[in-house]
Amino acid sequence: MIELRGVSKVYGQGAHEVPALRNVSLRVEFGEVFGVLGQSGAGKSTLIRCLNLLERPTTGEVRVDGRDMLALGPDELRAARQGIGMIFQHFNLFSSRTVAGNVAFPLEVAGCSHAQIRERVDELLALVGLSDKAGAYPSQLSGGQKQRVGIARALAPRPRVLLSDEATSALDPETTRSVLGLLRDINRQLGLTILLITHQMEVVKSICDSVAVLERGRVVEQGKVVDLIARPGTRLHDLCYPRSVPVDAAAAPGGRRVELSLVGEHSTRPILTTLARRFGVDAWLLEGSMERVGETRVGRLLFELTGPPEAVDGALGFLREQGLTPRVPHV
Amino acid sequence: MSSELLRSLWVATGETLYMTSVAAVLVLLAGLPLGVLLVITDRGGLWERPALSRVLGTLVNVGRSVPFIILMVAIVPLTRVLVGTTIGTTAAIVPLVVAAIPFMGRVVEQGLREVDAGLVEAAVAMGATRRRVVFGVLIPEALPSLVRGTALVVISLLGYSAMAGAVGGGGLGDLAVKYGYMRFRTDVMLGCLVVLLVLVQLVQWLGDGLASRFERASS
Ligand SMILES: Nc1ncnc2c1ncn2[C@@H]1O[C@H](COP(=O)(O)OP(=O)(O)O)[C@@H](O)[C@H]1O
Ligand SMILES: [Mg+2]
Repeated sequence: MIELRGVSKVYGQGAHEVPALRNVSLRVEFGEVFGVLGQSGAGKSTLIRCLNLLERPTTGEVRVDGRDMLALGPDELRAARQGIGMIFQHFNLFSSRTVAGNVAFPLEVAGCSHAQIRERVDELLALVGLSDKAGAYPSQLSGGQKQRVGIARALAPRPRVLLSDEATSALDPETTRSVLGLLRDINRQLGLTILLITHQMEVVKSICDSVAVLERGRVVEQGKVVDLIARPGTRLHDLCYPRSVPVDAAAAPGGRRVELSLVGEHSTRPILTTLARRFGVDAWLLEGSMERVGETRVGRLLFELTGPPEAVDGALGFLREQGLTPRVPHV
Repeated sequence: MSSELLRSLWVATGETLYMTSVAAVLVLLAGLPLGVLLVITDRGGLWERPALSRVLGTLVNVGRSVPFIILMVAIVPLTRVLVGTTIGTTAAIVPLVVAAIPFMGRVVEQGLREVDAGLVEAAVAMGATRRRVVFGVLIPEALPSLVRGTALVVISLLGYSAMAGAVGGGGLGDLAVKYGYMRFRTDVMLGCLVVLLVLVQLVQWLGDGLASRFERASS
């Protein structure tokens, strides 16, 4: 649905060159929610702005919905942009227009008739739960309501792709959850592909199917969110499970330190008590956490197994038989 | 004050209003597009044209830095070509317009620059044409400050018109100089001042009222 190939972007010239993106390639499949995670200044906004050519990449290829964006003429580009909705951190609502007027704007751009606009605006305000605010001005709304208007406005011309530039970064946690919930619903109901950028791991965990991690203009990690979180050593895993106990620290005499990722149904089984009962080992839990990643539960356990060496080996073997990959830092 | 003088005050007020309002309309018509161009042709603007931007910027700066009294004399040939004469109220309109257009251009420019760049970006991202961004976003969003700016320009025009009047253009300035100053008629002088004061207040009040109406609509 969206494809970037070898995209670089350099701002400024000569001594003032700022490389914002370096050889970025990524692929967003149709219908998925794709997150780009990175710290402030990593190049996230630049990346998202290269998709609808608010910013022209210095080099590379940009394809959205099958179109080679960089090959489009001015009129074609405007037409293509009507099929790419965008929402912003600071909402960017027109303060001189009412809520209904804001949602109507892209429909006016698309040349819809008054009747069509009326109907569509009503439909969208109902979708985002703001039918009673049609005549209000943006300054009379809360942050969450403003972003809902932003979403309604972005969806008005029935885009196939929605770009979100830190859409929840200016909102409080509860409002963030409700706006993310709305985005997820839209993604499901309308089959809309969403590319969102964020510096918040929470956002990635709660609604993204896939993710790319951006660091100083480079994609350093990319894949399914669940896979990356479940795989120790990835940035996503580390961000998800900040650790207080060094994994590699020496275990108690005779003990084996074990790190385990649990995904999906594995996370619902009483794994430690099973080991204790079947192998007569002691399992001492050092760290453990369970995260919801979209619909999936993903957990990480760090524990120490003590007992007769054969029993400990047996227990580790059992874990592997279960399809788990226990990491044993000290072997 | 005799009825005769009252009548001349009345006539002079009419002349001042005529000069100022005709000039204001022309200045608005030229200043608005000028201001828009100053904004959109600039670096990173909607319609980046660096050369044009520099030329316009320079012209505006030159226009703004020539004192009105000099400008008035300097453009006498232009006035003659346009109006056929160089004295009288109609002739005075020419230097008024020439002097105020660059001012109005800057005022409009400043108003438009206050509009959050994010709004322009949002409109561009929605596929809006340049024309729609200017007329559908930039100008409506800047309306309160455009109105306030226009009031400021009109008030300056009132002041300039008095100066233009003093060198043969008629109006309140003319009256004030001819009677109030040269014939030591303090009552005439005071009369002119009061009328000017009232006019300035009126314009200011109108501008503020209109601007805050637009502001209230959106807040
Ligand atoms: N218009 C610009 N001109 C020059 N440098 C820019 C511009 N926009 C962004 N940058 C620089 O590019 C880098 C990436 O910025 P940005 O994409 O906004 O990052 P993020 O959205 O991840 O915070 C930063 O170093 C920023 O200073
Ligand atoms: Mg950013």
